[in-house]
Amino acid sequence: MAIGPSPAATDSAAANGEPIAAPAIEIRDLCKSFPRGHDRVTALDHLGIDIAAGGITGLVGPDGAGKTTLLRLIAGLLTAESGSIRLLGHGIPAEIEEIRPEIGYMPQRFGLYEDLTVAENLGLFGDLHDLPREAFEQRQAELMHFTGLADFTARLAGNLSGGMKQKLGLACALLAQPRVLLLDEPSVGVDPISRRELWQLVRDLSGAGTTVIWSTAYLDEAAKCDSVIVLQDGRLLAAGQPSALITGAATRAFLLPVKPEERRRRQRQLLALPGVRDATLLGGHLRLVFSDGVPAEDAGLAPELAAATPAPARLEDAIVTLLREQMPAPGQAVANQAVAPTAPVPPVDTASTDTASTDVASADAVIAVNHLSRRFGNFTAVDDVSFSVKRGEVFGLLGPNGAGKSTTFRILCGLLPASSGSATVAGIDLGHARADARQRIGYMAQRFSLYGDLSCRENLRFMAGAYGLDRRRFARRLDWAVAAFDLGGILDAVCSTLSLGHKQRLSLAAAVLHEPDLLFLDEPTSGVDPLARRDFWLRIGLFVESGMTVLVTSHFMDEAENCDRIAIVNRGRLLALDTPGKLRADCVTPEQPDPSLDDAFVTIVQRSEPGGSPELQA
Amino acid sequence: MNRILRLRRLLALLRKEFVQILRDPSAIMIAFVMPVALLLLNGYGLSLDAKNVAFGVVMEAQTPRTISLYRAFVDTPYLASRPYRTADAAETALLDREIKGYIVVRADTVRNLSDQLKPQPYLIVVDGVDANTARIVEGYAAGVLGGWYQREATNGSLSSIAPGVVLEHRYWFNPELRSTSFIVPGLIAVVMTLVGALLTAMIVAREWERGTMETLMASPASVLEVMLSKLLSNFVLGMMAMAVSVILGLVLFQVPFRGSFLMLALVSALFLISALALGLLISTVARNQFVAAQITFITTYMPALMLSGLLFDIASMPQWIQDLTHIVAARYFVACLQTLFLAGDISAVLLPNAIILFGFAIAFSLITLRRMTRNLEG
Repeated sequence: MAIGPSPAATDSAAANGEPIAAPAIEIRDLCKSFPRGHDRVTALDHLGIDIAAGGITGLVGPDGAGKTTLLRLIAGLLTAESGSIRLLGHGIPAEIEEIRPEIGYMPQRFGLYEDLTVAENLGLFGDLHDLPREAFEQRQAELMHFTGLADFTARLAGNLSGGMKQKLGLACALLAQPRVLLLDEPSVGVDPISRRELWQLVRDLSGAGTTVIWSTAYLDEAAKCDSVIVLQDGRLLAAGQPSALITGAATRAFLLPVKPEERRRRQRQLLALPGVRDATLLGGHLRLVFSDGVPAEDAGLAPELAAATPAPARLEDAIVTLLREQMPAPGQAVANQAVAPTAPVPPVDTASTDTASTDVASADAVIAVNHLSRRFGNFTAVDDVSFSVKRGEVFGLLGPNGAGKSTTFRILCGLLPASSGSATVAGIDLGHARADARQRIGYMAQRFSLYGDLSCRENLRFMAGAYGLDRRRFARRLDWAVAAFDLGGILDAVCSTLSLGHKQRLSLAAAVLHEPDLLFLDEPTSGVDPLARRDFWLRIGLFVESGMTVLVTSHFMDEAENCDRIAIVNRGRLLALDTPGKLRADCVTPEQPDPSLDDAFVTIVQRSEPGGSPELQA
Repeated sequence: MNRILRLRRLLALLRKEFVQILRDPSAIMIAFVMPVALLLLNGYGLSLDAKNVAFGVVMEAQTPRTISLYRAFVDTPYLASRPYRTADAAETALLDREIKGYIVVRADTVRNLSDQLKPQPYLIVVDGVDANTARIVEGYAAGVLGGWYQREATNGSLSSIAPGVVLEHRYWFNPELRSTSFIVPGLIAVVMTLVGALLTAMIVAREWERGTMETLMASPASVLEVMLSKLLSNFVLGMMAMAVSVILGLVLFQVPFRGSFLMLALVSALFLISALALGLLISTVARNQFVAAQITFITTYMPALMLSGLLFDIASMPQWIQDLTHIVAARYFVACLQTLFLAGDISAVLLPNAIILFGFAIAFSLITLRRMTRNLEG
């Protein structure tokens, strides 16, 4: 399969006398900023890096780290303020025209014409690249076969699923057989199965010699790349082979068995100890990461560590270690906090967390969903879903975009009526008294829904007003929020100027200001850096221990380890419901002895739909 | 040259534009539904004729002659007259805005009509708040009075001494003085300003919104090719919108057409290119459809409505606003269309205006080409 660079291109490169080992892309001292209001925001800050020819280079970092800006600069779509880029020996953007056919670029939102069919999209780009007719036909056939889209050439691009759009975008970018392929977050919004297929396609390409840059917010994805570039705030945090980074970080990871009801408290205790770089929930264990310099004995953990088993180190450990070295550890700040988040609530029975069965007695269920369905015309977004959530539980709805998570969520928030079935929240039937139910719920929307022009204080005051808090109660809750969420320094800052992590904290504070019994979180940590994500879940842990019930949606599988129980949904149907540890254990096979939740999801979906990828049946 | 303009790439882009036009209803909405809606709304709503204006006739005494004068006021279709006994009652009605004006017919003035040596004073009072209507009402009242006087004279009830001068009116180009005949051609110009600019501005903004512009820029397509593909495809659509508007004007509003369709097509084409290029220029600033629509309304529709001479006579504007009207392309198109519809192929009017429209088309296209850069900065 001739998917890699064309023989002609390789020949001409050789003719130009390019040494084989020369980096495909050389970036020196690159700076770029964008205007925002009266000042400028730095997107890239004196970035310098070489990207080797061939192989997949992962470009990782949270939202706003500068990934998209860097890719656009390499593609000649933006002009840097200073510094230089050389791509295959040509200066960018001065010599971009000479090198343009060698660059394949897939922007974040596919960049496809949705009104055009698959074949028309390909034809357009074939003509734009001026491919000879015969070569185009052959190439098109190859790519259709390669991406598995051959049966869908007459379908409008707008009617393809996310995964298929992504493959078509890839095919369009590959038409002219580029030597460098730039992919901007190709895995966003794509279900894990399609993501794996896409990864395999790109892996094949890189094997054929194409230099691929794959930008992603997921560290587990980056770990599979041949090399990674980690960006944080426009600067280079780390670069190299994932294995070298993991070794270089000199950390040791252990799995510590822990009682389910104690796990969140233990997590905070351990995080507060010096030498503990990271402590995350993983099924019935706490996953601990120590910096190598501090012996475990000093941490006072010797007796407990006897029960711990060493765990393989991950790229995430290395990144978290690096980040912790650079900034104050917010996780430890949270761990040291003892601020009661809400009014006292009855004690919680979490004893059965890890052994909980799928059916909770409806008596102590805070959320009860029975045979819930929601149809939009012919399309069934939620298809006969039943589950219940008990007090003090973190319950996750997990699935790819379009699985029906957000629809279920909106029904439970009283924003959307159900087509059939029933839903009760805090004992209130959503069929009748939606407004009453809403008063008991704190809702944190995707992308945070804060007012960008208002200060943090004003945003909080608005939320307090919306939920009917009087002046005295607001003053009391504001003091609490400032202490609990460490908002003191940013209280009067205009919201749009805040970092994503700060926005997330503010948004959470706004959602719990009226002391709700239930907290609904819609994709709460997508795009934020690993430390902010840890900080977030530690705070959630504090709420849960004081009796709050949390319902969370996510398409980020590994994050779901923070949930007590997970419902896996796909295409409107609930496929599995259990604790994260149990779900993973059920998917252990000889091929995958230690499956991640992502692996478990793929296995569960494939079991439910014999015949492989669900898309191809669509 | 082949980097900047290649036929194959241009054709591919054009094909794409036409497929999109056919499959996405929004372009069709702008090109056909909007002009029809705007023409219907404004064509019927915007009329400068005053008909059935409430008017008072104060009759201090009821004599056969005053009654006959009152009849004359009742019979005219332009005034809806009602009788009053005293001037005070009519004044109250005027203050209450029940009538726009009144005439006082004093018993003695009518009685003395036969006495030719005395001038005949009549008091006509008009609500002057709306100066335009006031002047029209005053004219109507004077006309009714004059007509009545003539009739009475020929009937012999008054001594028939002919007045020294007889005015014979002849209104050229629009003999019935229908304001619709004058407004609709201008309205077509205004509507086409909006349609032309909106088509390109919205379609490019949509490409920005959907992220396809980014892919186009990363492809070998040049700025010139992208611009030409947008101009040409929307030119076809815009000319069709023009045809629909003209047909609507001719059939529904019964506007006469005295020029040639060839000339009409020529000036429309020139104007349309300038409007489409202006839309593209707007799209270099506005990258989402909402902002694009707002800017287009403010920068094209409003000036075209206010400063094109359609609603307000340019010659009576303050000098600095008159100067400003020269940069409103619609001004020249309004002049062309009014001439073509009501007068004919008057080259003395059409030629200079067409040359200026050509200048606008070239200027906007060049500015747009310079402003459209092939990157995402901006």
